[in-house]
Amino acid sequence: MKKELKIPQIKNGTVIDHITAGNAVNVLHILGIPRSSSSTVSVAMNVKSRFGKKDIVKVENRELDPNELNKIALIAPKATINIIRDYEVVKKHKVQIPDEIIGIISCANPTCVSNAKEPIKSRFKVISKDPPRIKCYYCERELEDINKSVI
Amino acid sequence: MKFKGRDIISIKDFTKKEIDYILDYSKKMLPYAKGEKHLNILKGKVLSILFFEPSTRTRLSFETAMNRLEGRVVGFADPSGTSQKKGESLADTIRMADAYSDAIVIRHPHEGAARLAGEFAKSPVLNAGDGAGRHPTQCLLDLFTIKTEKKKIKNNKIVLLGDLKYGRTVHSIAYALSLYGADLSFVSPSSLKMPNEVINECRSLGVEPKSTSSLEKAIKDADVLYVTRIQRERFPDAEEYNRVVGTYKVDKELLEKGKKDLIVMHPLPRVTEIDPEVDSTPHAVYFKQAFNGVPVRMALLSLVMGGKL
Repeated sequence: MKKELKIPQIKNGTVIDHITAGNAVNVLHILGIPRSSSSTVSVAMNVKSRFGKKDIVKVENRELDPNELNKIALIAPKATINIIRDYEVVKKHKVQIPDEIIGIISCANPTCVSNAKEPIKSRFKVISKDPPRIKCYYCERELEDINKSVI
Repeated sequence: MKFKGRDIISIKDFTKKEIDYILDYSKKMLPYAKGEKHLNILKGKVLSILFFEPSTRTRLSFETAMNRLEGRVVGFADPSGTSQKKGESLADTIRMADAYSDAIVIRHPHEGAARLAGEFAKSPVLNAGDGAGRHPTQCLLDLFTIKTEKKKIKNNKIVLLGDLKYGRTVHSIAYALSLYGADLSFVSPSSLKMPNEVINECRSLGVEPKSTSSLEKAIKDADVLYVTRIQRERFPDAEEYNRVVGTYKVDKELLEKGKKDLIVMHPLPRVTEIDPEVDSTPHAVYFKQAFNGVPVRMALLSLVMGGKL
């Protein structure tokens, strides 16, 4: 049987592969796509792969900075970034959880000062990378469900 | 060891060596805190004391500490007369206080407020309690009290009693006592148990705390009984509250089951958890503990504002 691609190959751009199934929308949200770009974006969710289900995002004609993409590592720790030029993968990068997460996750503690109307961004210290565990820089509480707290 | 200009936000920001230094410095402050000797090492300095939440001991002892060092104090004990009521952000209030003074003491209902203040102020910020979060100067004065009364902290059998779940002081003190290798027991109603996060922190410092609901058993060989208030609002009904409060009442009869030199501490205010008849026994050190806020805060103010003893 002929193997068919769920979403077509792109000529130039960025493919974010191996996103934890169900998290593609959060990934786009964290990266500010499509707000920050007019590129065509394709999303495939719950795609079957050798390691179970995964999500894939393809952004055409835009090369995303791999370091910038590290901020998705918290919700998609196995994601890989492929930079595509003329249908070829020219760069491959595995996301890495940074030591500090700023402005993309909100603290679940309602009385944390980072949830008050103050001119600050939320800030978390990464206390463990595998499994990902983060602690609020302000109130020092550990966040129990990271996925639920994406801003 | 450098303290000048440093914020005092969380006890976890300090190493054991630094805490030891602060405790030794506090001891040197004792005769000045009692008014037996006089010091003017903060003369000409101004301290902002910003209390967005009520307080008796913490605010008064900070004011006393600054006065004993001949510095001046500005600030408020109630935010209702300030621009906070007009919607001013905490960040802006802090910028202003920073411009007016040489150090800032803050108590605020939001956890992390002191950390935020530290980001916006160039001068040192001292956390006097942020919501249900941290209260490092209380923790230091508790350590100072144990060290003064018992000569050492290591290997002392210390029982923490009361609301261990929400209590502001017990989480920090459990961490700090573990840092010193104290032998810890936690006694609380089952609904107000010490959070696992704190227990794991103690373990990571090599201390395995014992948890029990029996106060009688726990105090048998204890050296220190640290009591905290059980708050009525944590209970769904008055009957349950009264039952729990009755179980954990510290009175003369209970203390007779403990060691002769057992000391009873409490961050205060107390309500009914310690019977007033205990006050006159040698076990009661909670008023001395409250006084110790003065030398410890004198030491901290002097250290962060560069006063030389």
